Amino acid sequence: MTNVLQVTDLHKSFGGVVAADNINISVDEQEIIGIIGANGAGKTTFVNMVTGYMPPTSGAIVFKGQSIIGLQPRDITKLGLTRTFQIPQVFLSESVFDNLTLAYGIAEQSGIDLFKPLHTEKRAATVDAHLERYQIKEYRDMAASALPQGVRKLLDIAMATVRRPSLLMLDEPTSGISVEEKFNIMDIIMNALKVENTTVLFIEHDMEIVERYVSRVIAFYQGEVICDADTATAMQNPKVREFVLGQDKYNAEASGNNGHA
Amino acid sequence: MKGVYDKTFWGLTIGLVAVLLLNLFLADWLRGIGLQSLSRGMVALGLLVLWRTGLVSFGHALFFGFGAYTAALLQRVGINDFFVLLLAGTASAGLLAYGLGFLLRRYRAIYFALLNMAFSMILWGVIAKLEVLGSTDGIGVRPPSYLGFAFEGETNQMILFAFTAIFTYLVALATHLYLRSTLGHLTMAVRENEIRVEYLGYSVERAIHLKYIISGLVAGFGGVVMAFAVGHVDPDSMAYWPVSGDFVFITILSGSGNVAAPIIGAVVYEMIRSYAFEYFPHVWQLIMGGSLLLIIMFLPDGLWSLLERTRRKKSVG
Repeated sequence: MTNVLQVTDLHKSFGGVVAADNINISVDEQEIIGIIGANGAGKTTFVNMVTGYMPPTSGAIVFKGQSIIGLQPRDITKLGLTRTFQIPQVFLSESVFDNLTLAYGIAEQSGIDLFKPLHTEKRAATVDAHLERYQIKEYRDMAASALPQGVRKLLDIAMATVRRPSLLMLDEPTSGISVEEKFNIMDIIMNALKVENTTVLFIEHDMEIVERYVSRVIAFYQGEVICDADTATAMQNPKVREFVLGQDKYNAEASGNNGHA
Repeated sequence: MKGVYDKTFWGLTIGLVAVLLLNLFLADWLRGIGLQSLSRGMVALGLLVLWRTGLVSFGHALFFGFGAYTAALLQRVGINDFFVLLLAGTASAGLLAYGLGFLLRRYRAIYFALLNMAFSMILWGVIAKLEVLGSTDGIGVRPPSYLGFAFEGETNQMILFAFTAIFTYLVALATHLYLRSTLGHLTMAVRENEIRVEYLGYSVERAIHLKYIISGLVAGFGGVVMAFAVGHVDPDSMAYWPVSGDFVFITILSGSGNVAAPIIGAVVYEMIRSYAFEYFPHVWQLIMGGSLLLIIMFLPDGLWSLLERTRRKKSVG
């Protein structure tokens, strides 16, 4: 398999606080990876560094053979590495259709071409097909601010995939979504991403989700990777059980799972 | 989806034809009000572009004055062609906006608004202090020639008004097409969510910079028109901060729904001001303030929302 992302000796500190240390991760094409860890373990910091939101203090990040350290989020996006957010980042006062149409406009036009009209019939058809893939067509003309949280999450992900990224990082795709909805929404996301051939790396607190959708788990604890293995092995790892699942026990019980530890 | 020929295109075109016809019969003082309306309306159009991005400038008299003084000074060195002066004034203001934009695109909200004001006050100070620029007395502006043809008195006003109306029409139409383009729609996007714009792959600062240049260009255009309309430029009526305040007033009065809104708003503003000044010379500011208050309370989206409201009622009924 071809390597997509290669992170070497990544380190980040804010003054005296070490947010990430000695992180080495390699991601291959078509992989579906779950990042787990308690709050403050450094998961989002990792995503923020890789997507250019904040620079690492030291270390190397190579995406598809190219160093992306020091690049802006917009440049990294153009290279084919995109992300979504824990809190969906959409244009709230605009309709679902307009949100996605603008995303396509920015992705498909550049330079002087950007002076051409945003709304074209051809683009409208592309957008509608995209909305269908994410099963949010029925919300097409609704303002993003009026959407249920799950739909807004889907819109956020749909917007992050207009460029058909090689690698997509999802920051807690199911946070804020009800227990009844979460599998349905994850099914929609994973099916759409499979169609789009996207490598996925997502942060998740819900172990049910992790066990169901992920083939490999990377566990963070206090800014370091404490385990990087296939899902079944990772779940049995003593460090993971102590530092990650221990805290997650309440979540798991509340959602009716048999629980761990 | 629609071509160039949408409702706004036809609205503007009908407006232009009506103004050109009216021009033949208008009383001279009304023509003066018309010219000043188009001038201020253009600056407000520039503010509309920024407004849609969520930015307000309290200092667009900077570009207004810069355009006006560029035209007035060029006239002093012997260039007197209307088209050349209009182009030069507009372009110089655009260049200034391009330069300042590198700094201003990094600021938002009140910092953006007041930084603009700061720069406009620097221009005001420079003009007021420099003898070469006419100091506080200003410089007289002669009626321009048109490709070698010169006119006197009322005929000049009529020609000036006609050409100003035509150029205003073209600028408004170009701005409308810009707002419909992908770049134009970025105005909304930047206002709503800058992080998302960056992660979609476009630079927020670059988008703002471009809007700033556009607003500077049209404000410079307005300045040149005002210089010809009044026949005089001086720092207090071209670059002092209340001048910028008037533009913001017109923007609020007009609403940001359409490129035609600031032009209509500017006419209404000019009317209120003229009549208030005429009939209540001692308390006219009170009337201006009162009108602004009423607009903000009852028509927060400006006069244009009245038009939209009636249209919506029609489509429902």
